[in-house]
Amino acid sequence: MTANVVFAGLIGVLFASGVYLMLSRNLIRVLLGFLLIGHGANLLLLSAGRSGSAPIVGEDGVSADPIPQALVLTSIVITFAISCFLLAMIYRNYQLTRKNEVPDDPDDIAVDEMSGGGDE
Amino acid sequence: MTAATLLPLSVMMPLLGAALALLTSRRPKAQRAVAVGSLSIQFVFEIIMLLEVDANGPLVMHIGGWDSPVGITLVADRLSALMLVVSTLVTLAVLVYAIAQGHSDGESREAPVSVFHPAFLIMAAGVSNAFLAGDLFNLYVSFEILLTASYVLLTLGSTLERIRSGAPYVVISIVSSIIFLSGIGMIYAATGTLNMADLADRLQALPATLMVVLQSLLLIAFGVKAAIWPMSAWLPDSYPTASAPVTAVFAGLLTKVGIYAIIRTQTLLFPGGFQTLLMIIGLATMVIGILGAIAQNEIKRLLSFTLVSHIGYLVFGVAIGTQAGLAATVFYVAHHILVQTALFLATGLVEHITGTTRIDRLGGLAKTAPALAVLFFIPAMNLGGVPPFSGFLGKVGLVEAGIATGSVTAIVVVAGGALTSLLTLLAIVRVWGRAFWRPRPEVEDGDPRPEHRVGGTPQGRQGREGGRGRGHGEARATGAAPADDQQPARVRQGISTGADLRSMPVGMVGATLVVVAAGLALMIFGGVFYGYADRAADDLTGNVAYISAVLGSGR
Repeated sequence: MTANVVFAGLIGVLFASGVYLMLSRNLIRVLLGFLLIGHGANLLLLSAGRSGSAPIVGEDGVSADPIPQALVLTSIVITFAISCFLLAMIYRNYQLTRKNEVPDDPDDIAVDEMSGGGDE
Repeated sequence: MTAATLLPLSVMMPLLGAALALLTSRRPKAQRAVAVGSLSIQFVFEIIMLLEVDANGPLVMHIGGWDSPVGITLVADRLSALMLVVSTLVTLAVLVYAIAQGHSDGESREAPVSVFHPAFLIMAAGVSNAFLAGDLFNLYVSFEILLTASYVLLTLGSTLERIRSGAPYVVISIVSSIIFLSGIGMIYAATGTLNMADLADRLQALPATLMVVLQSLLLIAFGVKAAIWPMSAWLPDSYPTASAPVTAVFAGLLTKVGIYAIIRTQTLLFPGGFQTLLMIIGLATMVIGILGAIAQNEIKRLLSFTLVSHIGYLVFGVAIGTQAGLAATVFYVAHHILVQTALFLATGLVEHITGTTRIDRLGGLAKTAPALAVLFFIPAMNLGGVPPFSGFLGKVGLVEAGIATGSVTAIVVVAGGALTSLLTLLAIVRVWGRAFWRPRPEVEDGDPRPEHRVGGTPQGRQGREGGRGRGHGEARATGAAPADDQQPARVRQGISTGADLRSMPVGMVGATLVVVAAGLALMIFGGVFYGYADRAADDLTGNVAYISAVLGSGR
């Protein structure tokens, strides 16, 4: 259970850059940010277990904890599936608007109109 | 042991149904039969499970025969069983409603590939799995299952408006999932287990500061899903743009899954943590949500805000944490699922006959569609908490439990809850008075905002209205334009506005009626249900039965 500084630093960098990218309105940046954060979270999950040799019954020495590895496989698949969905959605958004950005919210437009022209 | 096999079956049935529905996607009739059939079987299983759990205590299934702290465990206690039955009732009713609507609206243009049924069933499986999950990671996976299916349902047809509202929804859900996953990683690192019954024990040994970190990670993750203030802004933006049945099922179920997860973690893993904070958040959720509702001019958006607002009551109930508080919460969750779904379904009917859900354009529905008026009125009053409806019973329970704790915060929140209840009534009576009671306004052809009638306006509501305005003469011709084919129902209905109840498909009315009636049953058999909620809350306060059922009585 020794904390690995390289791991911790790497996870921190992945999360930080992922958050930075996800704060953008550009959907491609959001996707890239999600990929980085997703890897960060997966690494965090992986680092939760004990490290060691392959967890096979009969092997000598300290074996690695297999549960986080099983969990991380599941979560990699989930990350992959969601990235695919995001990509499809971004492409569809591009088809419809010719932009990579999230379009405006109708409420924002309504508030804008009300403050500007007195709509209601 | 035989009864425990019901647990995986109630997840497997909708999944199997989804697979078959995907295979039969070219044969709509077979697909519908498969979808309805699998959910019906699931519903029967869950009723048997409910009776079994109520009589003999929690049911546990270790998947693959791996024992508890290691393997995947499915657990059903009274709370899970109740949630399962109510949620499947709602999904089944909404499915029938959607099928009936699809018949009359021409489903093929709404969703070119018939992906609706598979996605809907996968979502149902995810919801069931979330209620049954005995470990945190399984809970995470079920969240992902239901969320991914919900992304598909929300952006069905991938029109501009739905993509616009879908993008923030998807991104926010992803963020909350990542927070949840990080929380899981940290909990595993701290305790070496993810099984909730096992965690209940081990978490108590951790230092208090670490507990705070772990608990807040989980609370934030579930709070986003449950739409608790300040993490609720996404909901009123994204839900109303989906088609009526999808909105109804999202409103009924998805936020309640988040609430269920909060109830579970607050009672089992972190009993008594963050009580005051949760009470204040509950108050803010109630008041801010309902103030948003009052400002709305569109029924679906208004209902989305009341949905957020009433989540506040549930958070308050969890925060009280006493047996009485939890009993009221359990009762209120069941009530709120049914009422909110019924209201959205009734609103879908309003949209179906009039082509709009904007309050300033509606009117005279009580005369033209009296049966619909009744269908809307009953759940509306129920939501407002008018006695003797079940909403009133739940609120009284919460108020009593809140006052019994004697803390000043609780009493302030109770006062806020009463205020919210009155404001809900105000908002909902406004809808009733305008849409149903007053004479029809004469704006049918004179759009008050002519500049928005340009069909190509890309922005949500305006684009939709524009499509409808043009639809009067040339519905078919303009149907191919991207901004228009998103709302074929509206375009078509625009021609025959003012149709009466006979134009509504039987399935839609029947499904709405079932959900409304279920809400009434909660009132009529209030004693029975409240007794059950009481026993469920009893399980939750001690959790002895839950833990010993999962880990075996040896511990």
